[in-house]
Amino acid sequence: MSITEKTSDNNSSTTETRTSNADSIIQIENLNKWYGAFHVLKDINLDVAKGERIVVCGPSGSGKSTLIRCINRLEEFQEGSLTVDGVALNEDIKNIEAVRREVGMVFQHFNLFPHLTILENLTLAPLWVRKIPKKEAEATAMEYLERVKIPDQALKFPGQLSGGQQQRVAIARSLCMNPKIMLFDEPTSALDPEMISEVLDVMVELAEEGMTMLCVTHEMGFAKKVADRVIFMDAGQIVEQNNPHEFFDNPQNERTQAFLSQIIGH
Amino acid sequence: MDNTFTPIEARKPPSSAIGPIAWMKESLFSSPVNTLLTVFFGYLIIRFVPPVIDWAFISANWVGTTQDECTKSGACWIFIKQWFSQLLYGSYPENLHWRVNLALIGLVAVVVLQFFLPQHLRRRVGWVSLLVYPLVSLWLMYGGFGLETVSTDKWGGFSLNILLAFAGILMSLPIGIIWALGRQSKMPFVRVVCISSIELFRGVPLITILFMGSVMLPLFFPAGVQLDKLMRAFIAITLFQSAYMAEVIRGGLQAIPKGQVEAANSLGLGYWKTMRLIVLPQALKISIPNIVNTFIALFKDTTLVLIIGLFEVLSTIQAALQNSNWLGGHHIEGYVFVAFVFWVFCYTMSRISVHIENKLNTGHSRS
Repeated sequence: MSITEKTSDNNSSTTETRTSNADSIIQIENLNKWYGAFHVLKDINLDVAKGERIVVCGPSGSGKSTLIRCINRLEEFQEGSLTVDGVALNEDIKNIEAVRREVGMVFQHFNLFPHLTILENLTLAPLWVRKIPKKEAEATAMEYLERVKIPDQALKFPGQLSGGQQQRVAIARSLCMNPKIMLFDEPTSALDPEMISEVLDVMVELAEEGMTMLCVTHEMGFAKKVADRVIFMDAGQIVEQNNPHEFFDNPQNERTQAFLSQIIGH
Repeated sequence: MDNTFTPIEARKPPSSAIGPIAWMKESLFSSPVNTLLTVFFGYLIIRFVPPVIDWAFISANWVGTTQDECTKSGACWIFIKQWFSQLLYGSYPENLHWRVNLALIGLVAVVVLQFFLPQHLRRRVGWVSLLVYPLVSLWLMYGGFGLETVSTDKWGGFSLNILLAFAGILMSLPIGIIWALGRQSKMPFVRVVCISSIELFRGVPLITILFMGSVMLPLFFPAGVQLDKLMRAFIAITLFQSAYMAEVIRGGLQAIPKGQVEAANSLGLGYWKTMRLIVLPQALKISIPNIVNTFIALFKDTTLVLIIGLFEVLSTIQAALQNSNWLGGHHIEGYVFVAFVFWVFCYTMSRISVHIENKLNTGHSRS
């Protein structure tokens, strides 16, 4: 590939992100966050289009989890602005709860509610937040359990399920709220190798249905397969972003190249 | 070569590992030290248990009405028998004892119902009885609305201990929960108020709080306004135990992983719903042994109200021991009886707690 081609590719991808502003669902402008005196996120600017699938990667401590946790305000930030689906995330608790209703999140350690059955885990938020009638909520829950292929576990407790099954339940639990955006925070990092693919399969399916997704993950196979854009972060900054094809084959930044050679070299 | 993997079928353990003889070998005589301990404690049991049984049952005096009829060498249970009504009801009018009985039976019924009702009714009945039972039992005890009024200075005996304990438990749990949540609040005012209440009431002996309640509190009321003595004791006990309860529950709250709150928040649940539906059910569950421990302490602490002149069971025994007809020195019988009654109640509470723990175990703890 020639240099000119590369630049033009780069240009087109940047213009793509800019022009997608019209139907963008998340706008992050000049976001800065500190933990005490420690500057974790530095001047983050990011626009996410409706239906876009973004994979965020980077070394540990680079701020990638913190960034996506800011999107549903599990983390506060000190400077900049963050708008999700037209709602500005600020101190207003009403806005925060409104955003959280529309943004689903899947955690590294599943965080299922151990005192509730699988079915109750799934119906809890629809019942108490969306005020959906119980029968309807249960029907929806069973539908999603069907989709993640574990309807037979509905009456068990989380502790009786394998890690992969628990993570699939966690995904189904988020989907029951019918979110517009799904955030994944290293969803496969705590899983045994044999269980990673069953979770990734569900995520791929979700991506194919057009869900807006932001995934912090090191599953590069997944990134290549479904991502529209791969973002590389280090030291609290977005170092490089591009479509997966360009990102993996022609990383621009030295830091990205070093990172990729580390994780793909093995 | 066959390359399919067939797991080996599970077999039974060898017979030397099961059965009574194996059990004895394992648990009584597994080592020289263990054998020595077994022999030593066996000796203690043989040496001391028969005399106690002899004193309490075989040589005990059961029949009669006065202490002169206690002729045998064992315990004089006639003393307890004659004072039984006082020990249980205090000075509550004899013809109205049925009201106390009814209240106590109601209490047992409420507890028993929780174990035998079908699952779907249990919670509903539990909440209703939690709201209705205290009012009904108060009405039965105090009277009014068609029943003859019995003022609280006539209440006494073991029924007073049970009443104080039950009311204290009923109030100290919710107050403790609120204080524990308040202690972790992000609002400085709420946090300071809760921490100071907890530290104030936890840092002072219960006897001091009882004295302050009975002697000092009336000084703050305008002349003529009288707060019932029993009410003051009840408030003192409740505040004292709430402080302990708050700390017990705080321990439970801190054991719940942060991820639980984050998951609940990310689903759109606000603070109160997160606490009520996610955090508290788990925190209270792991706190059950400590909560029941506090309940048991509270129950036993109700005997302390004797120092502000309420006639609960221990002060009734002391009064009985000083009665001119019963000066024969029945201290042992009296205190053994009180100890036994308390033990039965506390042990029952402890068993109920174990039962609830087992029932609530959803197998998520990796042990």
